[in-house]
Amino acid sequence: MSGVRLLVGTRKGAFVLTSDGKRKDWKVEGPHFAGWEIYHAKASPADPDRMYASQTSGWFGQVIQRSSDGGKTWEPVGNKFIYDGVPGTHQWYDGTPHPWEFARVWHLEPSLSDPDTVYAGVEDAALFRTTDGGANWEELSGLRKHGSGPSWQPGAGGMCLHTILLDPKNASRLFVAISAAGAFRSDDAGTTWQPINRGLKSEGIPDPNAEVGHCVHRIAMHPSRPDVLYMQKHWDVMRSENAGDSWTEVSGNLPTDFGFPIDVHAHEPDTVYVVPIKSDSEHFPLDGKLQVYRSRSGGNEWEALTNGLPQSNCYVNVLRDAMSVDSLDECGIYFGTTGGQVYASADAGDTWNAIVRDLPAVLSVEAQTLA
Amino acid sequence: MIRVILPAHLKALARVSEEVRLELAAAPTCATVLDALEAQYPVLCGTIRDQVTHQRRPFIRFFACESDLTHEQSDAPLPDAVASGAEPFLIVGAMAGG
Repeated sequence: MSGVRLLVGTRKGAFVLTSDGKRKDWKVEGPHFAGWEIYHAKASPADPDRMYASQTSGWFGQVIQRSSDGGKTWEPVGNKFIYDGVPGTHQWYDGTPHPWEFARVWHLEPSLSDPDTVYAGVEDAALFRTTDGGANWEELSGLRKHGSGPSWQPGAGGMCLHTILLDPKNASRLFVAISAAGAFRSDDAGTTWQPINRGLKSEGIPDPNAEVGHCVHRIAMHPSRPDVLYMQKHWDVMRSENAGDSWTEVSGNLPTDFGFPIDVHAHEPDTVYVVPIKSDSEHFPLDGKLQVYRSRSGGNEWEALTNGLPQSNCYVNVLRDAMSVDSLDECGIYFGTTGGQVYASADAGDTWNAIVRDLPAVLSVEAQTLA
Repeated sequence: MIRVILPAHLKALARVSEEVRLELAAAPTCATVLDALEAQYPVLCGTIRDQVTHQRRPFIRFFACESDLTHEQSDAPLPDAVASGAEPFLIVGAMAGG
């Protein structure tokens, strides 16, 4: 029977939530790696039992965990993330040069076809890849060595590479996003990169043609139409029809267009989800009402989804990697909050239920559809 | 034989429940103890000191014989009581954060 497994990363460990295809009753297992921050955990599309997790700590640094049995057992693998060559400098918050320093892995993106190949997005922003199941990691340094690299500057959460999208129709094409450098695309499997930020407008960047410097919070695509990208920027929800060559704003009637996650319905490429947050200085929902917004037209026209979500006194946030969809016939959508709730909808967002309410702050949610 | 006590998170990572015992060929210093510890438990590489520079991670402290050895030279001899195994070498996660 089909089912869903959610890999939930939190400030104090990882949790595995499982359900059958009805998605009404959930089993909660964890915490794995108790006490450590789990920035992200994700399973391989090529082998559902192969999983990778980024385990990190301000005290003890970075550990990468791998499971080969669907999360029942885990083993630490390689954690040596060494920048290629002389790392050089990027801009610090005050505009002075600052050496590139590895802090942690924000996002792990397993290859679509090979369970042993995984991409890692790290802070300070760089892209690494393993082809041996995590034993060794090599930087794809063409990204960091792009001519704009020395001008990249961290966002409030650090200079992190937080989004990695793999084009399912073109194995040579990858997209990444960096706070606060912007979005980048490679058309040669990660060797060289180009910024794809034309059309983005950001307060504090007077040059409308600025190549980099935009605080992109998240980008998303539908696998059937990988040239269409959606972006939740610091402010503004954006859409690109041409793989990022240009962007247009599709915030439309959103009550606020600040937010972090953005995701796409598994079967409807024009159905998009965001979670509007009041502002860049108040990271919680407007008026204490937790609302997911859905557009069925690829943006501009949005509807609030509130059934089952708290509509008073709710002041949580939903972080950029904390929303995911399953691919069952009736698309399920999931998100976790900084208050420790994980909400699920088995009907594309029409109704919601809290699977679990009192986890540590949720950093990431990945849904895995099980055959 | 050198006795080493790890902080709880590193005990879990190394899958040990008690103190770690190490045999050292060289005279015990902070550096040789960490070399032996990482050789016996490779999973600890990078968790106590940088994998390339061997610089101590900022929130890690070293103690023995009721003394803070954190800022001693890494090649300074450890106290005789540590060298003889009478006293353990403690690796401590600094109290910081919440």
